[in-house]
Amino acid sequence: MSGAEKIQVKVTEITPLNELVTRFRFERIDGGHLPTFSGGAHTVVEMQDGGITRLNPYSLMSSPFDQSSYTISVRRDDQGRGGSLFMHQQVKLGDEMTISYPVNLFSLDLRARKHLFLAGGIGITPFLAQIKQLELLHGHWELHYACRNEGLASYADQLTDRHPNETHLYYDDQDQVIDLKNLLRGQPLGTHVYVCGPKGMIDWVRNTASADGWPEDCVHYEEFLAPQPGKPFEVRLAKSDKVIHVGENESLLEAIEREGVDAPYLCRGGACGQCETVVLDHDGNFVHRDHWLTDEEKAAGKKIMPCVSRFEGKALVLDR
Amino acid sequence: MTIQFNDESFRDDYTFHNSDWAIKRFPFPFHEDSYMYSVNMEQHKGGPEGSVYEMRFDVDEHYVSEMKDRALVLDQDPLRCQSLPHMTLAGWDLLELIMVSKSEDYPDLFELHRNGNQWRWINKPMGIDHSFTFMDETTLPYGPMEYITRQAQGDFVVLDQRDEMLWMDAGMVTTQADWSLDFDIGMNFFEWHAPVPKAHEMGIFKRALKFLLNIQQGAPARRLNWTMTVNPLLDTSPENYHQWGIQKTTLTPENIGHKQHLRVELQTFFRLPRSNALVFPIRCYLCSFQDLMTAPKWGRRLHRVIRDLPDELATYKGFIDNRPMMLDYLSQFDDGLPTSAGVWPDLETEPPLAK
Ligand code: HEM
Ligand code: FES
Repeated sequence: MSGAEKIQVKVTEITPLNELVTRFRFERIDGGHLPTFSGGAHTVVEMQDGGITRLNPYSLMSSPFDQSSYTISVRRDDQGRGGSLFMHQQVKLGDEMTISYPVNLFSLDLRARKHLFLAGGIGITPFLAQIKQLELLHGHWELHYACRNEGLASYADQLTDRHPNETHLYYDDQDQVIDLKNLLRGQPLGTHVYVCGPKGMIDWVRNTASADGWPEDCVHYEEFLAPQPGKPFEVRLAKSDKVIHVGENESLLEAIEREGVDAPYLCRGGACGQCETVVLDHDGNFVHRDHWLTDEEKAAGKKIMPCVSRFEGKALVLDR
Repeated sequence: MTIQFNDESFRDDYTFHNSDWAIKRFPFPFHEDSYMYSVNMEQHKGGPEGSVYEMRFDVDEHYVSEMKDRALVLDQDPLRCQSLPHMTLAGWDLLELIMVSKSEDYPDLFELHRNGNQWRWINKPMGIDHSFTFMDETTLPYGPMEYITRQAQGDFVVLDQRDEMLWMDAGMVTTQADWSLDFDIGMNFFEWHAPVPKAHEMGIFKRALKFLLNIQQGAPARRLNWTMTVNPLLDTSPENYHQWGIQKTTLTPENIGHKQHLRVELQTFFRLPRSNALVFPIRCYLCSFQDLMTAPKWGRRLHRVIRDLPDELATYKGFIDNRPMMLDYLSQFDDGLPTSAGVWPDLETEPPLAK
């Protein structure tokens, strides 16, 4: 079996927050305790969407020490392949669903004297759990949260209410921008920086920190990668001796699974490295979208991460 | 089953002994007639009834005496237990994991009663009945990791996971096969494995690390490792090499059967929930050559493995000088018959020694 251990849950609360974001609460079907977790962890939610099984990762935002329920917030992506649309349109109160055990690819560095959180849009969710964890452990933190506008600033009210001194908000439509350079310069020794948001923001923070001499291991990031739709293509799976078709709205990994071939995975978001697959032969271009392979590996064309990456061209043969 | 705990020593007069039950369930590490390093990892999800793999943390007849030996070592050398400041949360995770596992797996020996953060822990074999506040260090006599590992067999290393790497940032290490926590503390996976021969070139550590980084909550893993120890010593540390190293020279053809022990480590790996750290329990099992020879299959196989082991491994494991004497002894138990696959003794089906 691939992926983390599974938990059967039911949906016990659905709360629309604004025009794009809805929060879901899960409790165990058998009434038992859910595992504790560490702030920054995600769960992979299984969705039976017509003929397709979708498995999408979402950050857990509830308190890591609260074993009665988990909550996630899902941002509707109208251009996406449908996972978030499924959550918004199909999931009803009381539905039974399968989620994975928590997996953390964005954990706090517990050595840090101070944690500086930089969130963009829905990237706020892992920080909500990390903040709850640090509050319990009496950690030192500060949050800078940028959103398109006030209406879309999920959880901003609650954060400013509870943590008025730690929370700083920025709205694009009011031309407010994080003064990153000065913010980074003003940090005490032993500070770790965490950024979660759109790719542009992550690159901006990493590059600015690096130019300012921050060691790489003090800058942590998590980008929300969902598989993107793309042109259909064919793949030959050499070991299983199958030729499969990858549709426009499914990922390569999903197509492999649909054909009954067991393939390893964990995050399904291009970050963990579990799904790494050897390319035996190809004639065409890769659309690498993961954070796992190095630029050299991507250029070499010998490996692909099927959870998020695609292919355009005549032929692709995988060692699977 | 209730366990009869032995009253025995792992030093001085060496009264350590295995019952027939303990010999039969000994984790013999060789699944075929030869041995080489490999990424030998599998899920740790139980095993045959009564085997050392069945429970999350195996408790056996040596429990009480091993814990006494640990207390002696810590008295003389407190640095065998260390935890860097950021590892306290992982210590609580470990305390919870062990208390929950043992009370569920051995309800007749251990009880855990939880009411919010008010916990009561009962350890019957050691006569402990202690109420404390979970996550409040002031309510325990030691830090959480030290408290619980003074009550759990085997060494424990707690690894922090940062930047796609594991760091040895805490541990309780008193039954080790010649390595030192005090030396390795703060090192990363490649640094503390530096002395191991061959495995680096074989790419074993790179693959093993990748596997470990991906170990998930609720899905522990395990592997076996082994070495040789003269006399049933738990504490074969570099710190005390001057005491146990010379004992290797006391081996004679007459005493080798009861003095020479195969030392097997059942190593398990658990992801810890709140800290996202990894804990690596290393449980040591000892069995004398003469006790091993009671299983004809093990006798045949051990001879072949030791005979064909590459010199680098025999040197690293510290028995190259004694290997000829071991082979003289073991060859008496090898009649050349084939052996069945797998690690189990297969006492009913394997033929008796034809010699
Ligand atoms: C994170 C968990 C682990 C810890 C803390 C750990 C620790 C150690 C230590 C301290 C040593 C002794 C090195 C010395 O001579 O100073 C050692 C040896 C070794 N380790 Fe690990 N190890 C871990 C995981 C693994 C894994 C997963 C493998 C898988 C292949 C492995 C393979 C080995 C081997 C082959 C040796 C040599 C053992 C011998 O020949 O007796 N280790 N390890
Ligand atoms: S499943 Fe994690 S990188 Fe593909």
